[in-house]
Formats: sequence, C-alpha cells, structure tokens
Amino acid sequence: MSIKLKALLKSPWVFHFSTGSCNNCDIEILDCLTPRFDIERFGMLLAGSIKHADVLLVTGSCNRMSADRLRKLYDQVPKPCLVVAIGECSMSRGMFIHSYNCPVPLDHIVPVDVYIPGCPPKPEAIIAGVVKLIEKVRSS
Amino acid sequence: MIYLLYLLVYGFLATAALGLFLSWVDRKVTARVQYRVGPPLLQPLYDVVKLMGKENLIPAGASRLAFVSAPLIGFSSVVVVSALLWSNNLNPSQSFMGDWIVVIYLLTIPSISIIMGGFASKNPLASLGASREMKLLIAYELPFILAALVPVINSGGSLRLGEILTWQAEAGATATNLSGIIALLVMIPTIQAKLALVPFDIPEAETEIVEGPMVEYSGTGLALFKLMKNMLLFVIPFFATILFLDGITFQGIHILWGALKIVVLVALVTVIRNTNPRVRIDQALRFFWGPVTLLAVAAVVLAYLGL
Ligand code: SF4
Repeated sequence: MSIKLKALLKSPWVFHFSTGSCNNCDIEILDCLTPRFDIERFGMLLAGSIKHADVLLVTGSCNRMSADRLRKLYDQVPKPCLVVAIGECSMSRGMFIHSYNCPVPLDHIVPVDVYIPGCPPKPEAIIAGVVKLIEKVRSS
Repeated sequence: MIYLLYLLVYGFLATAALGLFLSWVDRKVTARVQYRVGPPLLQPLYDVVKLMGKENLIPAGASRLAFVSAPLIGFSSVVVVSALLWSNNLNPSQSFMGDWIVVIYLLTIPSISIIMGGFASKNPLASLGASREMKLLIAYELPFILAALVPVINSGGSLRLGEILTWQAEAGATATNLSGIIALLVMIPTIQAKLALVPFDIPEAETEIVEGPMVEYSGTGLALFKLMKNMLLFVIPFFATILFLDGITFQGIHILWGALKIVVLVALVTVIRNTNPRVRIDQALRFFWGPVTLLAVAAVVLAYLGL
C-alpha cells in the first residue's frame, strides 16, 4: 500500500452531506464527535469545505433536487476519496421507497464504498462501519 | 553554505518538527479540556502527508498564479524568519543591524499570503475571510509592534535581536521589569490574533464561513498552509520568548527550561482559545485599538522611564 493511502487512513477528514434525511442520522453522526465517542482519536475531523474532505458521509434518501448536488459534490472532492452511505434511507430509500421524489437509490448516483444500516445507526455502528472501510482499503 | 544549512536544518526541519509537535500539544490540550482523549502524537504529520498526496484542484475562474504561489510565499517567509530567529538565539553575536525590523516584516507575510490566496480563489466565502484577515491585520499590528519595542528600549535602543538577548543575559529577562510584564500581557492577545485562534479566528470562522480563505484549497496548497500555521505556532511564541523571556539556552539542563517557556506559552494560548467565544471583527478592532494599544503605549512610556 502506498504511503498516500496509509496517511489517508490515519487522518480521514469527513464531509457530511444530507440528501434529505429526517435529520436523525445527522444527529447520530454528530454524536460521534462528542467526548463519549471522540473520533478525533483516529484522526477524523469534520471538514467544513468539500475541498478538504477525504470521506463523504451521505445520509438521506436522495431526492430529485439533491441528487444533482450530490453528483456535483462528488466531482469536487479531491481524489482519492471514499463514500459512506449512512442509514436505511441512503441504502434502499427506506420508508420513502414509493415516493415520487426519490427515483433512484444512492449508489446509482455515486459509487459507495461502505453501507451502514440502521434507522438511525448507532454511533457505535458508524464507527464499526468506518473501521470496516479502513480494513477494506488496507487489504486491497 | 552555512546560511543554506541554517535555512534547511533550523529554518525548515527543526521548526517544522517543533511546530507539528506544538500543534499536537494544542489539539491534545483542547481534547483534555473537553474531556476527550485526543489525537495521537504523530497526527499533525499524518495530516500534512495525507494532504500532500491529494489531488490539487484550482477553481475555474481563479487567478492561477496568485492561487498557486500564495502558500509558497507564506511558507517560505516562515522558513526565513525562523532561520533568522534560530541563528540569533544560537549565536547572539551573529545578528545584523535591524533584524528586529526584518522579523516583524516577515511575520506579517503569512497573513498577506492568506489574503492573497483568499482573494485569488474567486469564492465569496474566501473573499469575505480574506477581507476580515486584512482588517484583523490592521487591528493587531500596532500593539504588536509597540509591545515588541519595549525590549528594544530597555536594552538601550538596539535593533539587533542578538544584543537584546545578550542584554537580557546580563540584566535579567525583560519580563522581570514592570514594562516588560505589561508588554508580555499585550503580546498574548496579539499572538492569539496572529495565529488566528479562537477569540480572534474571525477570518476563518469554521462554523460561519467554513475556514474562509482556505475554502478552495486542496492537496499540496492546503498542506503548505497547514504546515505554515503549525510552524507559526512555534515561531511566534519563540519570538516572544526571545524578546521577553531571555530566549532558549542550549546548555545541559537549561534546554528543558527553554522548552518549558515555549510549551507554557502555547498551552496558555490554547486554554484561552478553549474558554472564549469568537468576537466580531468590529469588536476585535475596538479591543486592539482601545485597551490593548493604550496598555502597549503605557509599557513603552514606562520603558522610557527605565522601569
Ligand atoms: S435512515 Fe431513518 S433516521 Fe436515517 S434519515 Fe432515514 S428515516 Fe431518518
């Protein structure tokens, strides 16, 4: 594995994008930053600007308006970058599957590296998902 | 040849290592204040190495030359200024006339490079941040220079940092005088503003204008800016130590005492940044031009009276 990827795994800065979630998944993501879970231990920081991000955390069911924006955001992340889908909504559209406004699931819009199920997933589940992602990149 | 050595070994390598270490101290103290564990020791290094390996993006419509050269300008000025400070501190007789002025000039260039990069990137948030940085620079520069003038007056009007150091070695540190203490007190908020830390992090206000001038930077440009800021976290307290606290001595046990001065200054700055909310730009301007400048003038007058 190159030094580039090694350093990336040591300091993944995450950018958090909600494509129309019910806000519960977003709250669980913010919980990961609290003293109880403290993901800065692993070098993770919440990036304010998409240009600083290494990991794109996507929540929500990707409605017609936000699908465009998601695609644009994905094009703006400096590569290499990873995408994490958080919550039932972003995996299969969850309870919005029959909605007129949610035409396709998230992974038809951008390539997704890891899925974290739950409605909403617990902070422990999010951290476990990210650990799986790191292992996946490390073994590839 | 010897100058190149100073530039590379002290100006770049030593300062970068110490700066990365102090930035870890800063993050660790912040984490402990918030009852967290905090990042591992090498975290700032991982961050910089990672950013070096990322893609470089230049926004469409940005002024390419200014956008690309801004981080280089800021970074190289920090390298030069730290080489100057090291050479003065290691060998006080080696200084040249007026290096005090050169150091003060060079210490403003990082802010100017940030302003340049912000305006060049054609992003409204970056322009907003850059214009705030400009106002902040105007606000803190006057008390900073006045405070830095006090040791010059105390040591008999010498504009050489080396002479200021030798004078302090004989007569005791500047901060043992009344004027020196007041000047050091003035210096602390200006250090805070120069480093753009929390009460005065108005230009980069993460929650408000998402890191301001940095918003469009990625890859190497951002890595250079981060490294520059980490190095400044060492260079500015180092400058304050030379002016007020007798510099760092590298003989035996004294080196620990010197390290303690810098770490305590940085920890103080960190605690201030963790216990204060951000102020608005007009409040910052009023603060620096009002009470802080008055205090600095008082210190200068006291220094003239020989106190
Ligand atoms: S997965 Fe559940 S909690 Fe998360 S956004 Fe969807 S409905 Fe809300």
